[in-house]
Parts: sequence; structure tokens; C-alpha cells
Amino acid sequence: MTIRESKKLWLGYGLAMVWFYVLLWPLLGIKPEGLEFASSFAIWAKVAVSAGILLALYQIKRGGWLDFALRPAQALRETAASATAKVPTWIWLVLVAAGALAFPFVTERYAHDVAISVLVYICLGLGLNVVVGMAGLLDLGYIAFYGVGAYTYALLSVHYGLSFWLSLPIAGCFSAIAGCFIGYPTLRMRGDYLAIVTLGFGEIVRIVLNNWMSLTNGPNGILGIQPPGVYWWTDVGFKVIPLTGLEQFYYIILGLAVFTVVAVYRINTSRIGRAFEAVREDQTAAELMGVNTLRIKLLAYAMGAVFGGLAGAFFAARMRFISPESFTFIESAMVLAMVVLGGMGSIPGVILGSLALIALPEVFRGFELYRMLVFGGVMAIMMLVRPKGLWPAKRMGVRSEEKE
Amino acid sequence: MATLELSDISVRFGGLQALTDVSFRVREGDIVGLIGPNGAGKTTVFNVITGVYRYCAGQVAYDGNVLAGRRPHQILALGVARTFQNIRLFQNMTALENVMVAQHCRTKAGVVGAVLRLPSQKREEGRIRKRAMEALDFMGLSEFAGEVASNMAYGLQRRLEIARALASEPKTLLLDEPAAGLNPAESLDLMNTIARISGLGISILMVEHDMKVVMGICRHIVVLDHGVMIAEGKPEEIQRDPKVIEAYLGQ
Ligand SMILES: Nc1ncnc2c1ncn2[C@@H]1O[C@H](COP(=O)(O)OP(=O)(O)OP(=O)(O)O)[C@@H](O)[C@H]1O
Ligand SMILES: [Mg+2]
Repeated sequence: MTIRESKKLWLGYGLAMVWFYVLLWPLLGIKPEGLEFASSFAIWAKVAVSAGILLALYQIKRGGWLDFALRPAQALRETAASATAKVPTWIWLVLVAAGALAFPFVTERYAHDVAISVLVYICLGLGLNVVVGMAGLLDLGYIAFYGVGAYTYALLSVHYGLSFWLSLPIAGCFSAIAGCFIGYPTLRMRGDYLAIVTLGFGEIVRIVLNNWMSLTNGPNGILGIQPPGVYWWTDVGFKVIPLTGLEQFYYIILGLAVFTVVAVYRINTSRIGRAFEAVREDQTAAELMGVNTLRIKLLAYAMGAVFGGLAGAFFAARMRFISPESFTFIESAMVLAMVVLGGMGSIPGVILGSLALIALPEVFRGFELYRMLVFGGVMAIMMLVRPKGLWPAKRMGVRSEEKE
Repeated sequence: MATLELSDISVRFGGLQALTDVSFRVREGDIVGLIGPNGAGKTTVFNVITGVYRYCAGQVAYDGNVLAGRRPHQILALGVARTFQNIRLFQNMTALENVMVAQHCRTKAGVVGAVLRLPSQKREEGRIRKRAMEALDFMGLSEFAGEVASNMAYGLQRRLEIARALASEPKTLLLDEPAAGLNPAESLDLMNTIARISGLGISILMVEHDMKVVMGICRHIVVLDHGVMIAEGKPEEIQRDPKVIEAYLGQ
């Protein structure tokens, strides 16, 4: 690295640190008692020193002074990579499946709770992935379908006593219809307009839920939703017993997530999936090559909504209480962040994204206060370093391959 | 008879009269050239035929169907496929996938079939794949099937566009400056390819600036200038037509 380059690097570092302090100080230093510098400076100094050390290390590495240590590490990594590449995919799948099935036996309640949230968000992320990742339609109101699914089951359960298993497909249908309703007016829009309109629709759904007192009980929410039940042999003969244990919920949502993964994967590798992608790549060309773009876009909205609705029905059954508060814009943004962070259009990417955004913050609960700050920072850095996401979608003919 | 017939087509964009009373026909099995100086309205003719632009007057008929009011994908389904002057492939998809998309209007498996992997869906998928490979083969692209479109060389992308259009099983093919940006060897190759396509019984309407290509393979030529048809006829007649010479020299 030349002198000039490293000068530029350190200049950038200096500027970034000044920027960081200007950002940090008002957050920590402006207090009702007056202005104060010490606490913000202490934090700033820690960050600046660690960033400086990292930068120095980076420079040393670029200069080639660490090669003696890195070479063997590199070689080791390569052998490990080639060894893992030899293992067929199904072994990985079996391992993951075994891990997922055994999970409740090796962990306690708190972990179950987090795992259930992660799985719910995986379903949501994969559903949104159909709309955003595959068909390329930005949707900022996706959580509305989650809400529709949740309220569908809640109302069916409370008013008609319908079982969870029967309600599940109905919730999916209702969400699909809602998807078409919201999708229809946006069919001829692109880009920014689409984003704004979907944002508006998401809010409309929440506001309707909030104000339609006679149906949804408004902000007070709906209480007394039945948990799912199974028809099982007990001492008094066959009977429906309700499932209320956390690990039982875990298995239900695991099943739902697996179904979602398989369904999304299969759609992706089919004629419909190719049409979605064609629309994403070039809508006009897709139409001219025989894709009914209006219908395909409507289908994308409906498909995305179905998966959101199924997850919503599960959510209602698990919480046994829902209110419009659970379906705010921030949730839509969260799901979108998962898809973008993980890699648009990539199923493993979305799964990783959900893990990263739901499980990691739980692990770092200690930093409660700075969570959102760190969250924003990490997102910004990710988008700079890996703009295609953690696990970018593969494009090498996989989508149309017959092998699975 | 899959004859494409334009009668008295007029198109305006705001104050600009892009086409004025354009009428010609492409008979089954014919190779027709559409030429004219830059901005003459050639691409506009393509956009009118394929349903991208609305026209204020006139009528386009194909195979006994009036095309007015039909959406582009319906027109493709009737058998009119096209390529683009500025390549418009699905950049992030592989060559094979690009071509497979064109089979969309010839197939019908839906979401349920896809999710359940019904036998009929699998069979159809196999058929799509076979047709797509045939189209790639025909254009000499089979070895690039797994290549992402944006990574392909320019000349290959041009050929891939034609392969994609062919995969929709058209009866009429519209080529918008297929030789643009090709070197002489590639141009020659393209002429042979067009002759082979014609040999399949597909009629061709092509826009081309390269006179060697146009005069070499077109049996009938239509000349546009400022949206007006100034001449029409056999290549030899066109070459001698004073109006055509003037339009090209006055440029
Ligand atoms: N969508 C549009 N809106 C406004 N004007 C347009 C539009 N499309 C084409 N035009 C105008 O219509 C005229 C004809 O354009 P067209 O693209 O058909 O020409 P062309 O013969 O294909 O030219 P070239 O040889 O450069 O491809 C041009 O003056 C162009 O600016
Ligand atoms: Mg043109």
C-alpha cells in the first residue's frame, strides 16, 4: 500500500470519527441539567481506539506483514471448504432437521420462545421474499397480511369456535384475497409510487383494525382465542386436547416454516417463479415475451400474503390475544430488513436474516439501550460490504433445475 | 394464413407525428425489410404491432385477428414474437432461463401444480426445458445454457434474444436491428441464421441499417421516412428509387 493510499485511509478514519462524535454527543451529552461531555467522550474514545486498532490491523494485512500467520489459516479454510463441499446437500438438510427437531429437548423455555419468534419471522420473511425478492415489487405494508391472518383465526375461534387446523387454510385464503385487494390498484405502478401506496395500505389495515369496534374490539384487542388442539387418546377415550406447551407450539411453527420453505422453493423453480423473476428483471420485456404481467404481479401479492396469513393465524393461536399494536409499520420494516439483509430472493438468506435480526438481539440483551443504534449501524455496514445480502441468491441455472 | 397486415396506421406522441398512414403486409413465409433513416419510426412500427403503443388511427390484423386492444402477451400468444433494438434480456437469469420464460404463454401449470409437483406439472416442465434447449441449439448457444445473461458477450446476447423469441414458437418474427454492433463475420452468420429461421416457415419482418444484410435476404422492402412510407417493393426497385436515394442522401 502506498503512502498516499494509507493517508487517504486515515483521513477517512478521522472524518468518520468526527462524524461519529457529532452524532453521539447530542444523544448522550444534552441533558436537562445542562451540557456534558465526559460520558459521551468516554464511549467515543473506546470506539475510536478499537476502530483505529482494526484499521491498523487491516493496513498491516494489506502490507503483507501478516502473511506468515494468514497463509496457513487460508490453507486450512480452503481444505475445510472443499471438505464441506463434498458432503451432499441432503446430509446438511438431515443435520439441520435433526437439530431443529431436537432443539426443545436441549434448551429451556426462554430459548423456545425466541425460537418460535424466529420461525414466525422466517415464514414472514419468506412470504415477503416472494413479493420483494422474486417479483421485485417493493411492499412496505406486508405486515397487514399477518394481521389479516391473525384476526381471521381470532374471530373464527372466538365467535364460531372453529378449530385452528380448519382456520389455517381459511386464514390463508382471506390473506390471499386481501393481497389481491391491495395488489390490484398498484398493478400499474412502479418503484417509489408502489412503495408509498403499499405503506399506506398497511396503515389502513391497522387503522381499520383499530377502529372497527364492533368486529375487532378496537385497541382492546381480542381475548380468549383457543389454542390448537389434537384428537388424541386419553383415559376417557378419544378427546380433543388443547396444545399449550411451548415446545408444542415450537413444533407447529416448525412444520409451518418447513411447509413455507418447500412451497417457496418449488414456486421459485417453476414456470411461475421464472415469470416472477422475468417481471423483476424487465417488466416490459416480460410482457412482450408472453408473461401476463398484471396477473403475475397479482399472483405474487397473493402468494406472499398467504404465507403471511398462515404465520398470522399461528401468532393468534400462540398469543391467545391479539391487538392492532402487533401490526405496526415497524414490523413491516423489520421483515423487509430481514429479506434485504439475508439476500433478496434467496431462501437460506432470508432464514439467516431472520436469525440475525431476531435471535442476535436476544443474545445481546445486555446492550438494550443501544440496540437500535447498533442495529442501524450494522445494517448500514452490511449494505456497504455485502450489498447482495448474507447469502446471495444463486442464479446459476438452479431455479430451473429438475434435481432438488 | 398468418399474414400480418397494417392498414393506415397513424401514431402521434404529443405534437410529434411518428407514423402517418403506414400500410403494408408481411405474408406468410416472407422476409420483409423495414428501412429508413434514424428516427423514421421503424421501432414505433414494431411497438404498434406488439401492442406496446396505442395508435390513433388505422388497424393491425394478424391471422384474421384484429390486434387493437390486445395486450402484448396476448399478441405473442397469437404468434408474433420480437427482439429489441437495445438488448433487453433478463440480465440476472441464465441463458436457459431466459429462453424458458418465452414458453410461459404456451404452458399453464399454476401455483398448486408447482407446490405439489403434480405429474402434469413435471411433464410440462420437462417439455419447456426441451423446447428451450432446442431454441438454444438452433442459435448455437447450447454450451452457454448455464451462463448468466449479463456475463455473455454482446454478439451472444443478440443471438440469445433471437433464441428467446423463437422459443415462444412464433409464426412471425420481428427483428429490430439484429446486426447492430456485430462484426462482419457475425453479420454474415446472422444472415444465414435468418435464412434458416425463414426455412422453418416463420415469416420475418426486420429493421436493419446494414444494406448488405437487407438487400441480401429481404424479398420485399418497406421504406419509411419521418413516419411516412415513401417506397415499397423488391430490393432492386428500392435501390433505384429516387425518393429513397434522396431520403438517405439528404440525411
Ligand atoms: N414513447 C415515445 N414518446 C415520444 N416520442 C417517441 C416515443 N417513441 C418514439 N418517439 C419518437 O418517434 C420518432 C420515431 O422513433 P423510432 O424509435 O420509431 O425511430 P427508428 O426509426 O426506430 O429510429 P432508429 O433508427 O434510431 O432506431 C422519433 O422521433 C422518436 O423520438
Ligand atoms: Mg429503432
